[in-house]
Amino acid sequence: MTATPTTHATAPTTSATAADPAVNATAALALGDDALVLSHRLGEWAGHAPVLEEEVALANIALDLLGQARVLLSLVGDEDELAFLREERSFRNLQLVEQPNGDFACTIARQFYFSVHQHLLYRQLAAGDGPFAGLAGKAVKEVAYHQDHAEHWIVRLGDGTAESHERMQRACDALWRFTGEMFQPVDGLEVDPMALEALWLERVTEVLERATLTVPSGARTGAWAAGAGRQGLHTESFGRMLAEMQHLHRSHPGASW
Amino acid sequence: MVTGTAGRAQAAGGAEADTKLEAELRRLAGTVPDPELPVLTLEELGVIRGVRLLGPGSVEVRLTPTYTGCPAIEAMTSDIEQVLHDHGMTTVSVVKVLAPAWSTDDISAEGRRKLAEFGIAPPRHHAADEPVPLTLSVRCPHCGSTETELLSRFSSTACKALRRCVSCREPFDHFKEL
Repeated sequence: MTATPTTHATAPTTSATAADPAVNATAALALGDDALVLSHRLGEWAGHAPVLEEEVALANIALDLLGQARVLLSLVGDEDELAFLREERSFRNLQLVEQPNGDFACTIARQFYFSVHQHLLYRQLAAGDGPFAGLAGKAVKEVAYHQDHAEHWIVRLGDGTAESHERMQRACDALWRFTGEMFQPVDGLEVDPMALEALWLERVTEVLERATLTVPSGARTGAWAAGAGRQGLHTESFGRMLAEMQHLHRSHPGASW
Repeated sequence: MVTGTAGRAQAAGGAEADTKLEAELRRLAGTVPDPELPVLTLEELGVIRGVRLLGPGSVEVRLTPTYTGCPAIEAMTSDIEQVLHDHGMTTVSVVKVLAPAWSTDDISAEGRRKLAEFGIAPPRHHAADEPVPLTLSVRCPHCGSTETELLSRFSSTACKALRRCVSCREPFDHFKEL
């Protein structure tokens, strides 16, 4: 750091540096982009959430994810360059997390599918001794709250009114085809995707049944399923999301508060 | 022989002075108030993991965030730098460490007392393997009643949940367990 006292806030250096050879960039980008993109989507609810408590909740979850993204992207390179200067095809996030917010049920279905997966994944990574163990050990405790939040809403809306039940079911059905991608193997992630998927299905089924919802029956893999985000192929709305997310940084390079 | 002994004694004396200085710098860094919860010091919050002299006038402080995305860490960093610069350190480097992960169990007893006095229900101690404890009651920091209910798992900052007291009807923040 500097030798003279500073008056503005300075970012602390992180103990894991970009030069860490043990870090697999493919894996760090995949996890980092998932967190970054979902964080941005959740941030879009600011000013629009159905009730104040939900506004605060979604913003808090977005903040946790942004914190995870900053750590993960910093393992690969400069976090700002990676977030704001990459083109659409260079992003490695799941197509699930880039899906538009839709109505509140769509946002909750996306949160539910992703947070159950992320919690299982981080719990496994935290138990190992790989390069993501430190972050995962910290993030898994935050994600437990995200999952809990989503599951409570699934149950409340699914087992609520006829209208809320129908919309929750529709949202769960619509996003189902994006869930298979979460269990494609990622280079550098030392987890067993099939074991993870079995645990995910078990939990998702249990919660959906508790919510009086039907487990969607559509394809999660194969030709009719979606998911090539890890290869850089994204859905239509992602480009528009990136344009909004990146425009300030691109219009005013190097600007600071 | 004599010179050797003197040299060793001097080295030992130097190391001792260093240790003393490190302890003093750690104490100073620990007195920095949390930017979001100024009733708590960083020592009471349990986020300072170590202070090490790297050379004359050069010190490294290891700091752990409460939440991965906690924005207060940047203010904490510059406040620590300021305090240690004022104490004659020319180079202060604050290093962020994630592991082992911070837990609300790291908040000291005095910190918990201050939180309650400030109107924030302190975190309960963790039950093992229970990531989101919901069953034990949280005491209202205003009237002391244990009849309180959860309004939202998320509140004004990442580390708090929003609750309401059923007895006195006041809403209050609860430092949620992590």
